Amino acid sequence: MKEICFYFQVHQPLRLRRYRFFEIGQDHYYYDDFQTEDRLKTLVEQVYLPANRTIAEMIRSSNGKFRCAFSISGIALEQLEQHAPEVIDSFKELSKTGCIEFLAEPYAHSLSSIFDTSEFIRQVKLHADKIESLFGKRPTAFFNAELIYSDEIGELVSKMGYKTMMIDEVKHVLGWKSPNYVYMHSHIPKLRLLVRNHKFSDDIAFRFSKMNWKDYPLTAEKFIDWIEKIPADEKIINLGMGYEVFGLTQSVQTGIFEFLKALPYHAMEHHVNFVLPSELSKKNEPIGSLSVSYPVSWVGNDKDLIPWTGNDLQQEALSKLYAVGERVRLCSDKSLLHDWLMLQSSDHFRYMSLKDPYGTNYESAYDAFMNYMNVLADFLERVDAQYPTTIENEELNELLKTINQQEIEIEKLENEVKKLKEKKVKIAIKK
Amino acid sequence: MFGWEFPPHILGGLGTASYGLTKGMAMQPDMEITFVIPKPHGDEDQSFLKILGACNVPVVWKENDWNYVNQRIGSMMHPDEYFRLRNGIKYDFNRIYTNDLGCIDFSGRYPNNLIEEISNYEAVASVLAHQLDFDIIHSHDWLTFPSGVFAKQISGKPLVIHVHATDFDRSRGQVNPTVYGIEKRGMDAADHIMTVSDLTRRIVIEKYHQDPRKVTTVHNAVDPLPDAESFTKTPRKDKVVTFLGRITMQKGPEYFVEAAYRVLQKTRNVRFVMAGNGDMMNSMIDLVAKRNIADRFHFTGFLKGRQVHEMLAESDVYIMPSVSEPFGISPLEAMQVGTPSIISKQSGCAEILTHAIKTDYWDIDAMADAIYAIVKNPAMHKSLQELGRNEVNNIRWQDAGLKVRSIYESVM
Repeated sequence: MKEICFYFQVHQPLRLRRYRFFEIGQDHYYYDDFQTEDRLKTLVEQVYLPANRTIAEMIRSSNGKFRCAFSISGIALEQLEQHAPEVIDSFKELSKTGCIEFLAEPYAHSLSSIFDTSEFIRQVKLHADKIESLFGKRPTAFFNAELIYSDEIGELVSKMGYKTMMIDEVKHVLGWKSPNYVYMHSHIPKLRLLVRNHKFSDDIAFRFSKMNWKDYPLTAEKFIDWIEKIPADEKIINLGMGYEVFGLTQSVQTGIFEFLKALPYHAMEHHVNFVLPSELSKKNEPIGSLSVSYPVSWVGNDKDLIPWTGNDLQQEALSKLYAVGERVRLCSDKSLLHDWLMLQSSDHFRYMSLKDPYGTNYESAYDAFMNYMNVLADFLERVDAQYPTTIENEELNELLKTINQQEIEIEKLENEVKKLKEKKVKIAIKK
Repeated sequence: MFGWEFPPHILGGLGTASYGLTKGMAMQPDMEITFVIPKPHGDEDQSFLKILGACNVPVVWKENDWNYVNQRIGSMMHPDEYFRLRNGIKYDFNRIYTNDLGCIDFSGRYPNNLIEEISNYEAVASVLAHQLDFDIIHSHDWLTFPSGVFAKQISGKPLVIHVHATDFDRSRGQVNPTVYGIEKRGMDAADHIMTVSDLTRRIVIEKYHQDPRKVTTVHNAVDPLPDAESFTKTPRKDKVVTFLGRITMQKGPEYFVEAAYRVLQKTRNVRFVMAGNGDMMNSMIDLVAKRNIADRFHFTGFLKGRQVHEMLAESDVYIMPSVSEPFGISPLEAMQVGTPSIISKQSGCAEILTHAIKTDYWDIDAMADAIYAIVKNPAMHKSLQELGRNEVNNIRWQDAGLKVRSIYESVM
């Protein structure tokens, strides 16, 4: 008996507007609302609503046998709330069926897991709060932005109480091992790792409508048949992809929705089940551990962080941004904190890639860098206005520590005073 | 090949391009090139091709003895060749003023009687077409188109013409009908047309009504700079942004001044240099004064030879806001010495460069933004510098030469 675990990623960045350097210090609004909304509208009409309808139908027609998970970034949720609340409603409807699980991820779809761990922890909590407030359930499985994973990140995630985490099928991590089992973290057995099946995921996400692919056309029957044919003891197939595969990467005309609709029927015929990530890790004992000393992602052939951090431009932008993390977190200015999140989304750095600027709206990597750095310069000025850079970070830390620990310190001292007073009284009584 | 300029005595980009291209082509072992120019100076590099001076080719039969010819032009051409060419005189060119050897005096520049010089060049071509042994005729730019056409008519050999610029680029649309006529006739008669960029290719197709199948782009390249390391940058407090070229309408100098004005509103540690000469120089000085940025804006006048590379190497940014540039080799030269370039999208070299900033020539905001970003962000400067240099070093004339070769083969 095989089990398929589907998970979809929903994310859209807030696009930056053309921000010229002479606006630095003059204008603090960074976003191109028209472009963001326009892009979102396309997604809502072509992907989110029809795909959600399809999934709802699949759940209905299979009597709740079909199940899948979503990882929706905080930034995407905000945009949906603002521009397309009907999508949020439709996710709520799905959630009510009980066949849907929402996964946790850093709120801003950021690279904070690599560059700023305290920010990472903050964002994960922020995201979990948001999911809970919208859908009433706190996530228990973790899907890091761009499926970035390393032992270190796994440890952090486990410390935050998550028991399941996704990782991509990376050759140099798995070696000869099959992705179709549950694994665990290299030294924390509590954390289960689900490995995305690269081949089957891409069959749907990229090859589905390729006419020159030898297996074109891909039907649900054929797909389930393949899954059934893998060795009997490999029981779990993790299929993860961006949600925009349904309706955008693979347009309606390719028949992708019909393919989806037919899946549950053929699956049931062949005794193939659908499961949620959290159920998987509860039901299955890990077969071994995976050790990942350098971070991996789910992009490209090398599955590394090169698309976001590979060149000097990206390094510069990232280091400038994350250098102020500590300071920003001390601020209480709401709009500043919001901008801080928006500027972190990994897409901005992807656009600066010279080789693979996926989804970019800029003419070149340099263009993307210039615009981002102008925005960042203004942002940094605002941070500076709150906490001037003339105060050294360490000094500031000391000061803030003093401020933060003030109460604890006062309490401690008060207790001491109390004790001393009691002592004094005792001594007085003795006398 | 018919050309008009050849280094070291050059007046514009045509000479540089002719030199690079022929040198690149000469790397093919079975390629033999005779390059005709109006007036050689004798110090041209002839190691890979043969330079033939049109001013030493007789077009009118004059009786002279061997020793006299040797004494007159022996340094340029072997007297035997003179006599051999003299046998190729088949038409009566007595109407043209010739010297005692029956040769025409060419200026080799762009004189006022340019049209006359072009038609005289045609006379020379007729002699050469009768007497030389060749497989293909290659004409560089409109000045030599009539010669090419005439040589084709006489010899029946295929004609390939090379468009380095059209009159639409030079005049911003105010085309000179005579020049247009010459260009059009040349293109009509040619078996194949090579252009230096897709931009020029489009002009040739749209404005000169040529069959697109007949027009191919062969991008220019840049000669490797053997002493690139010798040009160094003096460390200084202020950043230097440079414009280098003729100060004429075509090059868009006013956009540079306006962009400079915008940058100086925000930061003071930048100096702007306008190197070159041209008819708009005085109005640019006026404009700079009017914008009140004269203390940060410098004019150097015309730069020559090594000075050009030195100036480029001293700069932090090179900018070429040309309104219409068929190719534009100078950004490539700037990148060779490690200076990041900002170029207009309306220039041909934008088609082959990735590691340069491209803006519309009129978009002074974008230009100013790019200048600001490069001078303020070391990462940007470094990235453009290193990747740009690698990129330019891989644009080689010998690849262009191979492309020319394949075009030759298609018409032969």
